[in-house]
Amino acid sequence: MQKRKIFVEVIIRVDEEGNNYPECIFFERERKYFIDKVIDVRRACATKTGGTAMRYTVRIGSKTTYLFEDEGKWFVEAS
Amino acid sequence: MERIIIHSDMNSCYASIECSLNPELCGKPVAVGGRKEDRHGIILAKNEEAKRYGVKTGEVIWQAQRKCPDLVIVPPHFDIYMKYSRLASQIYADYSDRIEPMGLDEVWCDLTGYAKTYKEANAMADEIRSRFKDELGITVSIGISFNKIFAKLCSDLAGRDEVYTVTPDNFKEKIWTLPVSSMMGIGRKTAVQLKNYCINTIGDLAASDSEWLRSVFGVCGLDMYRNANGLDMSSVAKYGEYPEVKSIGHGVTCKEDLTDNDQVWRVFLSLSQLVAKKLKAEKMIASGVQISIRDNQLVTKQFQCETPISTRSAFEIATAAFSLFEKQYTWRNNVRALSVRAINLEDEDTPLQLDLYNDYRKHDRQMKIEDTVLDLRRRFGENAIKNCCLMLEDKIPGESDNKPTPFMRDFRKGEKK
Repeated sequence: MQKRKIFVEVIIRVDEEGNNYPECIFFERERKYFIDKVIDVRRACATKTGGTAMRYTVRIGSKTTYLFEDEGKWFVEAS
Repeated sequence: MERIIIHSDMNSCYASIECSLNPELCGKPVAVGGRKEDRHGIILAKNEEAKRYGVKTGEVIWQAQRKCPDLVIVPPHFDIYMKYSRLASQIYADYSDRIEPMGLDEVWCDLTGYAKTYKEANAMADEIRSRFKDELGITVSIGISFNKIFAKLCSDLAGRDEVYTVTPDNFKEKIWTLPVSSMMGIGRKTAVQLKNYCINTIGDLAASDSEWLRSVFGVCGLDMYRNANGLDMSSVAKYGEYPEVKSIGHGVTCKEDLTDNDQVWRVFLSLSQLVAKKLKAEKMIASGVQISIRDNQLVTKQFQCETPISTRSAFEIATAAFSLFEKQYTWRNNVRALSVRAINLEDEDTPLQLDLYNDYRKHDRQMKIEDTVLDLRRRFGENAIKNCCLMLEDKIPGESDNKPTPFMRDFRKGEKK
């Protein structure tokens, strides 16, 4: 199924060195997901929806997913 | 220490970026094309699929569509290409501090000291290739050699997403058999001239007499000889270091052909203002002006002259450009495109030798007026203040897109009162 970019609201914790750690995602302003762990952070292309951004590999519950940040805007790839 | 230099070239840069931004385009023939309405309707870049249909860069869009009816034309997004270029530089910066860009999509990177052998350089090049795919979603061709000229040649020889290496031990077998035109710095005309002297391959050029080449081609002849023999020693600039500015110019293809001198003056005035703005930013003045005229038969002519006073005034540059145009252009055909270039640049603090024939007070007044105009534009927007003759100009792309600025809105409010 075709994936699309969905911009989301995110609560971020910023450490002393200026690194961002997303803690919570508000998906379409209705559902709230707490991020249990940030597994990896790197620049990567969003293969399903296009473009390049900082990609946060995050674990929410038992699921691992990607959260992207591009010029201050956060998005996920969803169908 | 033996030098190891890589040249990296993003494959079909603009088209690849467009496909990376929009994955639905992948697998389809895609070309980036200018706006037809602004008469920029040519192919700026195409992807591999479009290349297979014979679509060429620089050809008119309708010609390309005739070759490939399913061709997807997307408009250019230069701000995004700039962003990708910046991100690419960040990748290269992880491998060397000597990075010299050549345009948006090509770069030389000096790995001397960072890679001890060609094997190590190859491993680094492979890593760069894979990072480009993972991080930016585009591919690069990388050439590795012991000088910039051969590194560039190698990246041309490398296929899409491949690395090609030429070392001091094998350059004679790998490079000398190639046609002279494949070497950087040898254009179509020089290649024909060389062919007339039976110099067809880079090997032929390397075996020629350097003094004879200098007598025929001047200093360029010596450069060609050195380059063909792998003796190019030019260094790769440091990251963030820019070469000295030698000229500053601006050009435009008009929406419609220009048919008289008045229209030409307006275009020169508009272009000179952009040139003057850049001159001020660079803190430079020009003592010469060069113009380029392209008529509707696509014949381009170039002329240059000295200005009476070294200047960065838009009005004085436009006046010099226009009098040169009047003197040289015979109006056999209408004009399609014009460009103005400020040449013979020097520092604005360079002492000026005055003479009795020029009105320096007028020049100073003009400079003060223009500095004020530039300041107003900086504070209130580019359209805050304009020359009256440019207010209704509709042949210069962008000139009639008058978005009201806060200053104009206040001005209009004042008018109503």
